[in-house]
Amino acid sequence: MGIYEEIASNKRRSYLLIFFFLVFVIFLGLMIGLFYGNLYFGVILALIIGTIYFLISYYGGASAILTMTKAKEAKKPEYAHLINTVEGLSIAAGLSKPPKVYVIKDTALNAFATGRDPEHSAVTVTTGLLDKLNRMELEGVIAHEISHIKNFDIRVMMLAAVMVGLTVLLSDFLLRSFLWGRGGSRNKENNQMTFVLIIVGLILAILSPLIGEAIKLAISRKREYLADASGALLSRHPKGLADALRKIKADPDPLVDHANKATAHLFISTPFRKSKKSFMKKLFSTHPPIEERIARLEKM
Amino acid sequence: MVATWLIIVIIAVVLFIAYIYNSLIRLRIRVKNAWAQIDVQLKRRYDLIPNLISTVKGYMKHEKSVLEEVTKARTSLMSGSKEKKAKASNQITDALKSIFAVAESYPDLKANENFMMLQEELSGTESKISYSRQFYNDSVMAYNEALQVFPKNLFAKMFGFKHEDFFGTEEKEKKNVKVEF
Repeated sequence: MGIYEEIASNKRRSYLLIFFFLVFVIFLGLMIGLFYGNLYFGVILALIIGTIYFLISYYGGASAILTMTKAKEAKKPEYAHLINTVEGLSIAAGLSKPPKVYVIKDTALNAFATGRDPEHSAVTVTTGLLDKLNRMELEGVIAHEISHIKNFDIRVMMLAAVMVGLTVLLSDFLLRSFLWGRGGSRNKENNQMTFVLIIVGLILAILSPLIGEAIKLAISRKREYLADASGALLSRHPKGLADALRKIKADPDPLVDHANKATAHLFISTPFRKSKKSFMKKLFSTHPPIEERIARLEKM
Repeated sequence: MVATWLIIVIIAVVLFIAYIYNSLIRLRIRVKNAWAQIDVQLKRRYDLIPNLISTVKGYMKHEKSVLEEVTKARTSLMSGSKEKKAKASNQITDALKSIFAVAESYPDLKANENFMMLQEELSGTESKISYSRQFYNDSVMAYNEALQVFPKNLFAKMFGFKHEDFFGTEEKEKKNVKVEF
């Protein structure tokens, strides 16, 4: 697929997933409402909790991550080339101001972008990455990170995380309601119908968090492909990122010491040790497989 | 009854036209903004050059022609039409390439910290010039495209929106650079 088609396709798919997610969450809310005899109850509960959750992570997000990973702000002349690269690519992206630049002292090869919008964003790279990649490859990586910022991916993923949180909360609520007795008006007749509903509700309550997480990760993977394609458009040189990904793949130690599950999806490549990819692992991976990313880049 | 519907339709049409007009204006502003960004980078390069020349002059006493080339190109850089600026910019890029190529035979100069800083800054600025040109052309493409699609093209003429020009490269630059060892 060409660069533009790749970008459009990935955007479409991630919006579809978010829409589906929203429907799913509303459905859960309705189930709760059904149970309590008041349909609106569940949905309104979901909306209120969701909004609070979103606002907290929206305004608190970026600085927490930078502290967690012990990133230090990059300064000239030591990191002149890195800073110039970031500034150059943000000009190409049309950002109103370039992201702040941070460095993590670690031999692993990795990078990530943070920030709720282009005005408050930052790009972080490891010293390992700076040592091992050449100019074109570094450009490819930075272009990928800047694309995350430009496409508001951080915001999209925050939304997805909030929806997962909601799913967990709502299904937990639903489950408790089943186990600890019922409330609201009940239809004494039609016992079989109620029974079926209970079973369906129970299954949903148990599975929803997993389903929610799987959807969020599917969105994450689509946005990674999108960042690859947008980045290629910025640098006009898909091969740069493809070569960089090859080097990252070959790196025996991708583990960034301070990474954890909460921040994993922000890195350019999964920061956890690689193990055999079973189906379940693939389903719950924040990043698409590197071979596939390289293949798509080389076809652009 | 009919009057209410008529009013609604008229309002809808007005809003639609306003939407089209605004989107074209936004795209045109982006183009102007993008051009200004190129100017910012050109100015940065303009400002860095005197520093480079004074650093280099002491070491490269016998390379007068190369230094003169840069100075000449620099003076014609900050004034003139878009085409003139583009031409001057390309001339400077070539002149700078010559200076850095010649500097390779002066190890003392190459080790000079100020020279190294200037080399990185100028190379960074050259990249930024390319990127700002790229973004400018992207903006021009989006704008020109918007002027031609239906139904915007109908209104474009009416409101007086004109096509913008791309920032071109000289034929010389397009040819592949041969690296010889």
